[in-house]
Amino acid sequence: MSVPSPAHIKPVLTHPLNVIVATDCGSTTTKAILIEKVGDEYRQTYRGEAPTTVEAPFEDVTRGVLNAIAEIEELSGRKILDGDKILTPNRAVQGDPKTGVDIYISTSSAGGGLQMMVTGVVQNMTGESAQRAALGAGAIVIDVLASNDGRLPHEKIERIRTMRPDMILMSGGTDGGAVTHVVEMAEYISAAEPRPRFGATYKLPLIYAGNKDAQPQVKKILGEKAALVLTDNIRPVLERENLAPARNKIHDLFLEHVMQQAPGYKKLIEMAGAPIMPTPAAVGVIMETIAKREHLNLIGVDIGGATTDVFSVFEGLFNRTVSANLGMSYSISNVLAEAGLANIMRWVPFTINEQTLRNRIKNKMVRPTTIPQTLDELQIEHAIAREALRLALIHHKSLATALKGVQQERTISDVFEQQQSGKTLIDMLKLDLIVGSGGILSHAPRRVQSMLMMVDAYEPLGVTRLSVDSIFMMPHLGVLSTINEKAATDVFVRDCMVYLGTCVAPIGQGKDGERCADYAITFQDGRVDKGLLSFGDLRLVPLVSGQKASIAVQPAKQVNLGAGAGVAVTREVKGGVVGLLFDGRGRPLRLPTDHAARVASLTRWYQAVDLYPKAG
Amino acid sequence: MAHSYTPGLTVTEQTVVRRRRMLSLPGRVLVTTGETVRANQAVARAELPGKVYPMNLANQLGVAPDEIHEYLIKKAGDPVQKDEILAENKPLIKWLKTEVLSPITGVVESISPVTGQVLLREPPRVLELLGYVDGRIVEVIPQQGVVVETDCSLVQGIFGIGGETWGEIVIAVTSPDEVLTPRHLTADMKDKVVVGGSFISSDALARAKEVGVTGLVIGGIHDKDLRALLGYDLGVAITGTEQVGFTLILTEGFGAIPMADKTFALLSAHAGQPASISGATQIRAGVIRPEIIIPKGAGALSDHGAATVPQREGIRIGDQVRIIRDPLFGKIGKVASLPSDLQKIPTESDVRVMEVRFADRSTAMIPRANIELIEGA
Repeated sequence: MSVPSPAHIKPVLTHPLNVIVATDCGSTTTKAILIEKVGDEYRQTYRGEAPTTVEAPFEDVTRGVLNAIAEIEELSGRKILDGDKILTPNRAVQGDPKTGVDIYISTSSAGGGLQMMVTGVVQNMTGESAQRAALGAGAIVIDVLASNDGRLPHEKIERIRTMRPDMILMSGGTDGGAVTHVVEMAEYISAAEPRPRFGATYKLPLIYAGNKDAQPQVKKILGEKAALVLTDNIRPVLERENLAPARNKIHDLFLEHVMQQAPGYKKLIEMAGAPIMPTPAAVGVIMETIAKREHLNLIGVDIGGATTDVFSVFEGLFNRTVSANLGMSYSISNVLAEAGLANIMRWVPFTINEQTLRNRIKNKMVRPTTIPQTLDELQIEHAIAREALRLALIHHKSLATALKGVQQERTISDVFEQQQSGKTLIDMLKLDLIVGSGGILSHAPRRVQSMLMMVDAYEPLGVTRLSVDSIFMMPHLGVLSTINEKAATDVFVRDCMVYLGTCVAPIGQGKDGERCADYAITFQDGRVDKGLLSFGDLRLVPLVSGQKASIAVQPAKQVNLGAGAGVAVTREVKGGVVGLLFDGRGRPLRLPTDHAARVASLTRWYQAVDLYPKAG
Repeated sequence: MAHSYTPGLTVTEQTVVRRRRMLSLPGRVLVTTGETVRANQAVARAELPGKVYPMNLANQLGVAPDEIHEYLIKKAGDPVQKDEILAENKPLIKWLKTEVLSPITGVVESISPVTGQVLLREPPRVLELLGYVDGRIVEVIPQQGVVVETDCSLVQGIFGIGGETWGEIVIAVTSPDEVLTPRHLTADMKDKVVVGGSFISSDALARAKEVGVTGLVIGGIHDKDLRALLGYDLGVAITGTEQVGFTLILTEGFGAIPMADKTFALLSAHAGQPASISGATQIRAGVIRPEIIIPKGAGALSDHGAATVPQREGIRIGDQVRIIRDPLFGKIGKVASLPSDLQKIPTESDVRVMEVRFADRSTAMIPRANIELIEGA
């Protein structure tokens, strides 16, 4: 088998790229899309889906890939497969344009994704930098070990022994600084004799990205015991992070070591015309591209069956976190465990017995591929999704921070504003766009359901635009963008990104019915719509995709729309398939504590935006 | 979806299963290909390196890390007894002498002149890998493990807790819809695999522990009772290491759900026979379902050598299916038709459905995602 090229090196194509088949091997399903060049632009044309086949009796991820592609063949009438092979390139030159594709590409999170353990010296400095490097590369971080993490040395060693990561990333120390602590950590790792998750016979990949002066000692201690790779320090000086070299090494080792061990991945790598990317890394590429192209601050989320990934770009800084056990199928029971029943129930607009609900959630956990058949079940899943999204964002906020431990220059005015170093970068008032992806958001029967799930979970402040991945294709486009940016951009703009609309949410509290804000909407045709937004109101104003409007909002005295309490705001807003949502429910969003009052409020809000079909 | 298959749980009177038994670290295989093994027989053995005890001698002696060699009595690789002197200083005044004693019996693994740390390691612990099922060895993977094959009846459950064990099957109830109560659980069920009906309550779980049953096979359980049994809320279905006193296997799911007739009948037919069971469940990253394996006995081992892998060709009209989502959760019926067009369900999703006919001749349209094939001849 040829050695796969590193993930960050583009493959060179010798033929034109007109037909592309891409898959994402998820933990539950493998999703395939077909992209074709129509005239001058690329479009996503067909979609297929099949269960992911990492488990018995198949134990070969390519089986699910072939099944998903076979569905595209059936729907499109294009011959793509020849037995277990993908026909490349497309045979248009031979006069047979309906045979073959020019490239096959894939992302994968099957097999539990890439699971890493990271180490640092100071937990909230190099430990967090290492965590950010691993998360940014698309990994799930199963533990962060640090010299000051409060665990005794033998507890650290025991922990390294019992966890079976796919890879370890070691960091610690600034270049030229003390080597003692990082060498000590290398000694612990060596003593633990860590073993990889898949297989007992190969060495565990270990990346050292700490103080460069400690490299010789680390090599001496771990060179024989692990597949050691040395790279640049992720924190060469206290004030700067340098995550890219470590991230690139993670991608390389993911392909060369980890994926080689998972069932069928050798075959998958051979089938693909470009390196396989971890799904979250591919989605991250897309999120970062959107933010940079449009100069936006954004939060993106991909809520899957097992995990929820959150991405953010604020002031150009990209961050990603993965909440490994927050998801809508495999991890659904953990959402209940972490959020608590009361937090889930607060979004359900009817009464349900606790035992029944708990049993239903557990039944979804053990049979993760089932879908809600009744409206009640759909509403329960949407309630759980709100909590999974909310918890994942809290997690993200705690990690997407400015560098900790960095000395700040203070002026006299700062004395009155005691800001700590390491403050979260997520500022909901500066947020321009929320992008949702993943089954529950992409496949919600009504788009307004996706919009309200995200609004309720994230509580955007001020004026925020929302969008959703149409049919879940961001991972595919992420990997495609590494080989052909135009193709990825064309499909992203035309077929992937569905703008839902804009949410206008004043900050403040008031009794239901009290004045929250007055607003005037000036549409492009000159029409003006004036109204009063009262506390407790949720109001949807139609503003279709592609249309803009100007809103002038005069908040009440104690209410703030971003410019200060009682200060009027005029903004241009963009429409979407849902429209313009005025949220007068107050921020922070507080739901009535009394059960009957809460159900009445939810029912009123849900009816106001036509969230669900009328029962019966 | 011509190639799609419907996931299902196998319930079959006759099959051949192979179980790959692998050490978690390289060791020695104790059996040879073709050899007959018992469930409780060791088939491979490995030595798990002993626990590590780090000691910072530089700190304890109050010297620089690169000086500790001068004070050490032991060197790397030396065996050491508990309370034996590892290092000592040589003060001019005798009563200022500091001796560092070994906290364990083991070996000196390493000495670091950079950190001043000495690592001691306890003797290795022997890990024995058992056969798990009565059968024969069909493959030896040198240093790693074996593949055991057995002719057997097989029941897969949907969810379980607790690890591998074995015992004689006892049927405690008279029908698959009967609830297993404390009065069904008698002292003579100690070390047995007890089969109940639709449900087990918390008091019956407590009674099972008191009696000392080795395994419980039941239709359903309430989530709150599972939580009480485990002492925590299970977040992700990765189980098999729980220690609750017995292995628990649910055949249907959470709630009070009658055990499928076929499952109950098969287990009843094997009452009194030994079975190997495992509660290990992993629903993510390589599905593992709990199982009850009832070997046919050494004399009945087949000669054809190959395990039968269930062929999943997709669902057909007449197949027996279980509905696995509300509102008809737990009902069992047969496939009456398989419309190919998407249909709108009450949630407004357009999905593929199937028509299921129940024993009372009534029918219902169910999303295909919400049924499970009851597999096995």
